[in-house]
Formats: sequence, C-alpha cells, structure tokens
Amino acid sequence: MANFFRDNDDIQFLFKHLDLENIAGYSEEGFKYAGQCDYAPADGAEARKNYEMVLDALGQVSGDFIAPRSEGIDREGNTLNPDGTVSYAKGIAESLNALAKMDVMGFTLPYRFGGLNFPNTIYSIAIEIVSRADASLMNIFGLQGIAETINFFADEDIKKHYLPDFSSGKVTGAMVLTEPDAGSDLQAVKLRAFQDDSGQWYLHGVKRFITNGCGEVLLVLARSEMDRSGGLGLSLFVCDRGPTVHVRRLEDKLGIHGSPTCELFFDNTPCQLIGERQRGLVTYVMSLMNGARIGIAGQSMGIAEAAYRIARDYAHSREQFGGAIEKLPAVRDLVIKMKMDIEAGRALLYETSRIVDFEVGLSKIAEGPNAEANKEAAKEAKQQLKKIKRLAAMLTPMSKGYCSEMCNRVTYDAIQVLGGSGYMRDYASERLARDARITTIYEGTTQLQVVAAVRGVCAGTAEKYLDELASMQYCDEVKDLVALLDEGRKTMVDCAAFVKEQGVDYMDLYGRQLVDIAMWLIIGYLFCGQASSRAEHNAAVADSGQADAIKTIPMTERKKMLARRWVTRNAPMIRALAEEIKAGDRSSFRQYEILAGPIPELG
Amino acid sequence: MAYNCVVLVKQVPDTKRITGQAMNEDGTVNRAALPAIFNPEDLNALELALNIKDQFGGTVTVMTMGLPAAAEVLRQGLYRGADRAILITDRRCAASDTLATSYILSCGVKKLNPDIVLCGRQAIDGDTAQVGPQCAEKLGIPQITYVEELIKLDGKTIVVKRNLGNGWQEVKGRLPVLLTVLDTANEPRVCCAKRLMKCKTAACGPEVETQIRAANPGASDEQVKAMAKQQGELLKQKGLLIEQWDLDMLNADLQWCGRDGSPTKVHRIQSVVLTAKESKSVEPTQAGVDAMIHELIVDHTLG
Repeated sequence: MANFFRDNDDIQFLFKHLDLENIAGYSEEGFKYAGQCDYAPADGAEARKNYEMVLDALGQVSGDFIAPRSEGIDREGNTLNPDGTVSYAKGIAESLNALAKMDVMGFTLPYRFGGLNFPNTIYSIAIEIVSRADASLMNIFGLQGIAETINFFADEDIKKHYLPDFSSGKVTGAMVLTEPDAGSDLQAVKLRAFQDDSGQWYLHGVKRFITNGCGEVLLVLARSEMDRSGGLGLSLFVCDRGPTVHVRRLEDKLGIHGSPTCELFFDNTPCQLIGERQRGLVTYVMSLMNGARIGIAGQSMGIAEAAYRIARDYAHSREQFGGAIEKLPAVRDLVIKMKMDIEAGRALLYETSRIVDFEVGLSKIAEGPNAEANKEAAKEAKQQLKKIKRLAAMLTPMSKGYCSEMCNRVTYDAIQVLGGSGYMRDYASERLARDARITTIYEGTTQLQVVAAVRGVCAGTAEKYLDELASMQYCDEVKDLVALLDEGRKTMVDCAAFVKEQGVDYMDLYGRQLVDIAMWLIIGYLFCGQASSRAEHNAAVADSGQADAIKTIPMTERKKMLARRWVTRNAPMIRALAEEIKAGDRSSFRQYEILAGPIPELG
Repeated sequence: MAYNCVVLVKQVPDTKRITGQAMNEDGTVNRAALPAIFNPEDLNALELALNIKDQFGGTVTVMTMGLPAAAEVLRQGLYRGADRAILITDRRCAASDTLATSYILSCGVKKLNPDIVLCGRQAIDGDTAQVGPQCAEKLGIPQITYVEELIKLDGKTIVVKRNLGNGWQEVKGRLPVLLTVLDTANEPRVCCAKRLMKCKTAACGPEVETQIRAANPGASDEQVKAMAKQQGELLKQKGLLIEQWDLDMLNADLQWCGRDGSPTKVHRIQSVVLTAKESKSVEPTQAGVDAMIHELIVDHTLG
C-alpha cells in the first residue's frame, strides 16, 4: 500500500503552500463551469479538494499498480510486430488502461471535451508522481500537450473529432517533429505536405526518433511551402494512424524502455491542417515544446525522487566499518545534497508551472471569446501578459534544464551510494540512471535550454523577477539569507552587463554559468519563501535511535535549515562563477583546433 | 440482459498497519488507533459487480451495516462506479455477531430483490467468512463461495470458477445467487477522477447534520434539522444522498438483531505481544542459511 502523493512530505507541504485557489480561479475562469459540469468546482476551496482527491488516487495507483510493473516494463520493452503494428510492454498497456479508467488522460483538457480542466501546476505534480512509478509511462501520460495543442490551435471540427477520445484514453498521440537531418534544428524539416485538386492535404517523407510514434493520433510538422526554406515554410498537421503510416523501426535504447521510439514513413498520408499555414513551427510547435519541457522537468523529478529513496534507504541499512554507511561524512553529504537538489528542482518547477497557468489564464481573458465584452479586463490582462510571457519563456527552459541535469546527478549519486550493488540490475538504481539520461537531451538539450534562458537573463527578465522575489515578505530567520541573495543579484546583473558587452557568442559561451547563477538565486528566494510559509505541515524526521529524539518537525523549520544550507553554500559558488565569466577567456573560440586535438579515426 | 447486483461491504480497521496501540488493555481492538478502510476482499466483490455491469449492463448497489462513519466506504463505492449506496444504521444493531448481521443485511437485500449478491470472502478484522453464506441461507438462495472468476452468465444461470486452495471447481448455479469473492479474483479498479469530484459531497443524513452543526455553531437543534432536511433534498436531487435505512424500514424481527439475536459469547481474549525484532541478520554461510530454513519450518512459514 504505497501512495506516491501522500508519502512525499515535500509535495504535501507545497500542495498546502501553493496558492491553488488563485490558480484555480484562472483555470476555472471565475468558476463559471460549476453549473454546467457536475464535477466542476464552485470555488477555490472545492477546486483544491478536487485536486487533492485526484492526486491522492493517482498517488495510490502509481504506488500500488504502476511501480510494481516498472521492472518488467524495462526488461520487456515494446515489440514491432511483423504486420507493422507495435505492442506495448504488458505493464505499459495495463497501466495505460488503469489511467484511462481513472479518467486522467484529459488532465488539462476543457470540460466540454471530457477533460478535467486541471491547471498545469497540478499536472506537474501528477507527472512527477507517475514518473516516480515508471519513467517511460510518462512519455505517454505526460504528453497530453499534444491534445492541448489541438485544443489551442485547431478548428472546432478537429477538436470535436479528436479531443473526447484523448480524454477517455481511447487514443494516445505523438508529436512527430524530428527527422534524420532535423533534430535540434527543426527549421530544417523536409517531410513534404501537399494538396490535391480538392484541397485535401497529404504527407510524404520520413520522421525519426518519434516517441509513441505508434500512437493513434499524430501531430506532424511538415514543409507545406516548397519555395520557402526555414521555419516559415513549415505547417502543423494532424493525421490518424493508418495503412499509409509505416512504423519502419523501433529504436533500441539505453533507457525508458517502455516508451516506443519509432521511425515513421508517411506514404501520401491524408491529413488535416492545424490552424494556419506557416505557423507550424514558429507558433504551434514552440507552444507544444514549452508544455513538453515542463513535462520533462516533471519526469526528471519523478526519476530523481525514486533514485533518492533507494539511496536513502541503503545509506541507512548498509553496514560497513561497524555501522551504517550514512555515518560516513562523504555519504551523508551525498544524501543531503540529493534531497536538497530535488527540493530545489521541485520549487523551481512548481513556480514555473504557476507562472504558465497565470499566462494561460491571462491569455483567455485577453484573447478569449469574452475579451470583446469585457474590454477593460482584456486590456489589463494584455499588459500583464507581456511580462508573464517573458517570464514563462525564461523559467520553462530553466526548469527543464535544472531538473533534468539534477536528475542525472541524483541517479548517478544514488548508484554511488549503493556502490557495487547499485551497478547491478538487482536494484532499480541502474534503471533509473539509464532512464534519467534522456531527460537532458529530448525536448531540447540542456545546451539549448541555456541558449533560451540566458537571453531572459541578459534582457533583464531575471533581474525584474528577482526584484519581485526580493520585495516579498520573509520571516526574520531568513533575513540574512535574503541579504546574501541580494548581493548575488547584484553580481548577476553585473555579469549580464559584462556578457552583453562581449557579444552574442560570448553570451552563449558563458550562458551556462550565467543561467546557473540566476537559477540558484531564484531557488534561494523560493526556499526562503517556503521557510516563511503559513502552510502547516509536519515532516517526518529519521529515527536517530536516541530516546529523546524528535519524530516530526514543522516543514517551515526544516525549510529554514534547507534555505540556509542552499544559500550559504551557493554564495561562494556564485562569486566563483562570476569571476570565471568576467575573466574573459576566449580560448574555446581561439584555440579550439589545438585544444580539442585532431579528429580521431573511429574503427 | 442486464443484472442488478448488490455488494455487501464492510468498513474495517486496517489490520495491516498494526502499531503498538492497536489493542486495548482488555484485549479488544483499539479502533481509534487504526485507520478505517474498505475491507479488501469487498473491493474484489465490488470489482466483479462492476465488471458484470460493464459487460452486461444493469446496476450496482453498495450496502453496509454500521455507524454513520461507515458511509465513507459507500462513498468509496460510488467513486469506483456504484450507482446507489445504502447505509443500514440503527442503535439496535449494536453488538450483532455474524448471525444477527447476516439477518439484518438479508432484510436489506430482500428489499432490493437483486439478481446477484456479492460479498468479499471475509473481513480482515473478524476473519470469520460467515456473513456471506449466512446471508444466502436467510435469503433462501444458492451460494457459491471462494469465487475467482466469472465464466458465464446467461440470464437464468451463472458459471464461476472457485478456488478451493488445493484445486479449482467450475460451479453452475441458478439466479438469484450469492457469491463470496477472493482477493485473487481481480485487481480492484481505482477511483475515477470525475466520480471522485462529483461524489465527494455524497453523504448520509447524520453526516449532513454533523456538517451543518459544525458550520452553524449557534443554530438550535430544530434549525439544524430543518437545514439538514433541505440539504438532504438537494443531495437527493443530485443522486448524492446516501440512503439510510433503519430496522423498522427493513421490517426486521428485533429478536434476531443486535445482542438478542447474537448467540456468540466471547469466552476469553488473549493479548499476544510479539517481541521479536523486525529484522534479523543471517550469516551468508551454509550453516546460517540452514539455521534460517529450520527456523522458518518450525514456525510454519515454510512447509
């Protein structure tokens, strides 16, 4: 009887800490659906209750049903049948069936299409919970952004045709973007879209590395304007799996074995245009990718949490040198660092999700059907929206970058804590390390997340946001930390100005350092905010074996300790990074050929 | 054809989570210390009923006898897909043993006249496995116990597979029939998100009163009752009122209910305190393993 929502003190605390009533106000558009749909909430308190009950049920199914299947899923993988169909691993098929029966496959879709209309913040929590049980299942559960993209941009007929089936779990989807010569650079997409005399669209060409490419509904990025190269020649299409869509190959991967990665050949497949021509990449896929990036951040959280738990247990139970290995300073530090970094990722991800919910809510007010009727509100929302969009565009790649890198560190350290045992397949730690590895690659590599985020840091978005964070109310016990963060903020502004002077190449060369500084500061403030929270939650404390030891501690007290460790340990790191940035070393440009050496001949 | 199913369910203390305070000094169960849960095998019975509904149509009614707090398991039934929930609650039910309980439940079932009655094999608090079979006797219908699989249902008869522990039997019975279901029969479904949100406010009369009293501390008893009645009507309109039946509504013969109807007498209760540690280190040698195997055979864990 495991419940991955209930057994996680940090998620429990943050669930109380988050202003869910406010977030729900936006997603429920002023709770106007209460009379129309029998499960829509009538107010913020009811929305919170709904979120809690559904996450509780999802936590239970993740702990009791999905997690016990994850080892089998990893061993079995998916199968490409001789007739060209793909069979999921048994555990994936069973888990998807359970999730469909639970009615959680239309998590964020509107009520009218059978969805739950939940905000992104709750979806992020859900993705973490499911990924902790099985990371590869997230690639199907966590990519509901495909349906969301149809909802945002497609015509009403297309929405009515596809969305109810997504909500009921009857169909799953795939985002079909990557090609052999168009990976990170999607502007190079070649797959052709053409029309016949009646205006019917068709697709022809090859796509590669398509997650769940065997799904029933495919969202395909294709070149519709043959005379235009680059992103503006691309449009987005939707088509059904059918006789003209051939799965040519299933990739044999390092990790996430339950997630089928397909090579697809479209042989004049009939399809429908989503939205307008030429906006495929620049508008629709960018929106889709942003949602997917938050999904990957959630997946990373789940993998990290699972790995941490194995390591924590092992550090306590494994005895060497006459005692538990957690008594050794190096091991204790590893364990605490894993836990702290996980909570840092969670803080950043939930904050990002909150901002994205805010963005979606404001868009509805500014551009939705009621914008005409309520011009004042629409105008005000539009003004706010500009700022929020910039913030979301910076925080999203930060979250994806931080959480995915963090989960790789944590799974690496988990194996380190387990030692030789961790390297063996007897423990899940090796699987988690393999599953983690993709998170820094797909939906944009960490390097590309940095490219996106560093522009926000240099354009003043980070500075404004940090100013806002600095102006919040904090409790007295963290005031000195806030002062330290304030110093860091000045350092960051200073570095950003220096980098801008040096030009774009330099900005990308030292982007990682600059973005790290910004993220550590943001997380520092978020931790201080958690430490000052009014939310009441008692966190369990490990049994030290001493008779007078405490069993629980108020989470805010624990967060004060965590914030102190985070801020004081990162302060010198920030200074060091600043020094590195401002040292102006350009050897990566000037001496690459010499320092990297000759190109080796690979046998 | 469609079938109407009644599932008899019980709220039980979670005996898997035994802690130090699980027993009172007199040897009775300290119910306050253990979380109250849906009896696990009753969930298997509910799952089988819901499968029958999914496959053939019809209705699923969950019914329990207990204090108003037992309405929680009925809500859990609604979350999973039950259409109707009935709570049999009456002070005169107190101290009922299995015989009295099955009499009262059978009176409730009679009012519904279902095609199939389903129960879990046994409850994890008493472990008697008596209530199901006794109910069938009192209803005068066939019973099939230890059901593991539904094989066929054709309007008049049912064929199921029962697990006897040392083998399986395929049994055919005529409807109406009572089944007791094993935990190996299926994997109970989880609560459905939309039903959770919709049915979370489902309540029985006493619960509505308690909620209203808490929300209006200054109100008189009469005011509370009036408001509760109004709220009850509102819930009923939405199909969210958990029906509450008492012994009068069941036309139950009181001499078969509660203490009077319970011939079971408790002779003695023994409080067994296990003092062994949770874990034990075994030396990774032949001798160590032999000793462990021997110990497991002696305490009947093996063999």
